Amino acid sequence: MKGTEAFEEIIPLLGDEPVIHANGYICRESFNIKDREGNFYMIGSMGLASSIGLGVAVSCPSKKTIIIDGDGNVLMSMGTLAMIAAAAPKNLLHIVIDNEAYESTGNQRSLSNSVSLEKVAQSAGYLQVKKVTNKNYIKGAFQELTEKDGPSFLLIKVEPSFDKSTGRVNHTPEEITARFMKNLNSPDD
Amino acid sequence: MLSSKIFSKLLLSKGFNFYTGVPCSLLSGLIRIIDDNPKTPYFPAVREDAAVGLCAGAYLSGRLPVLLMQNSGLGYCLNAFTSLNLIYKIPVLVIMSWRGEDGNDAPEHIIMGEINQNLLKTSSMEYSVLSPENYEASLNTACQKIDEGLPYTLLVGKGYFNEGH
Repeated sequence: MKGTEAFEEIIPLLGDEPVIHANGYICRESFNIKDREGNFYMIGSMGLASSIGLGVAVSCPSKKTIIIDGDGNVLMSMGTLAMIAAAAPKNLLHIVIDNEAYESTGNQRSLSNSVSLEKVAQSAGYLQVKKVTNKNYIKGAFQELTEKDGPSFLLIKVEPSFDKSTGRVNHTPEEITARFMKNLNSPDD
Repeated sequence: MLSSKIFSKLLLSKGFNFYTGVPCSLLSGLIRIIDDNPKTPYFPAVREDAAVGLCAGAYLSGRLPVLLMQNSGLGYCLNAFTSLNLIYKIPVLVIMSWRGEDGNDAPEHIIMGEINQNLLKTSSMEYSVLSPENYEASLNTACQKIDEGLPYTLLVGKGYFNEGH
């Protein structure tokens, strides 16, 4: 499965949830398939999508919160998996798009070909953990995990396959903050 | 010496309602009081930059976050401050203990104790050094900067707060 195919499966499943995106191709793939007000595109601060997502999840316990992370980000901040497991927000789904590489910097290999991130999450104490390697199972796994109490972890194995012509997020960081906050605190929630 | 209890009440009265950090002995009394009070929820962080991320998420969700840490964690935070807080206008109040302030501390604190103010200045991170005379004014300045979307640091020397151990 290509990374883009994983996003094409996930994005139609989203409602108005806050979704925190890791830097690099994660932001760019998601932005180019469908830009959403509830998307927080973390363009810098590698490794922090998970802690930002945790901060949102514990502050908005009635709101399903989704992190779309990458393997490089998770490996950089493995300790945050412990913070998530300890805080145990029921409303948090942590999706990891795992291409086993630092693709946006030239496809250098990461460590996730030999370290099973889903086992790390399970050992840390995530309540639900799933690994998907075929795109046809993403929808089912996503729905099953969102119906159960989290914190949940969905590892999606993909091939390094990003199209380098895919554009960058064209909102300024300040605009991303303002519209994300407006969406999160809108009266419809 | 300022009572940790009085300062924690002052933080709460200013609306700070989300706390995280990595402990320092200089802040141990303050952290204990905050962690014991259900009105000031405290989430232990594994490293200071993860605490910056946690505070950012809390702020985006309408909370007013405080990060408690030792200056030894400043290096870990610089990328988060410069590529998250400052460019996204995501404020946070950082209460940072100043180990090595006068050059008389354990060896591992001496260099950071000497350079932490310059690191903050170079990074455009505004700060005040807390003193018994200025703590209320400094906190008011911090709140004003946070209203403008800027992070603000209060540097706390040894013996400023009563310790909790």
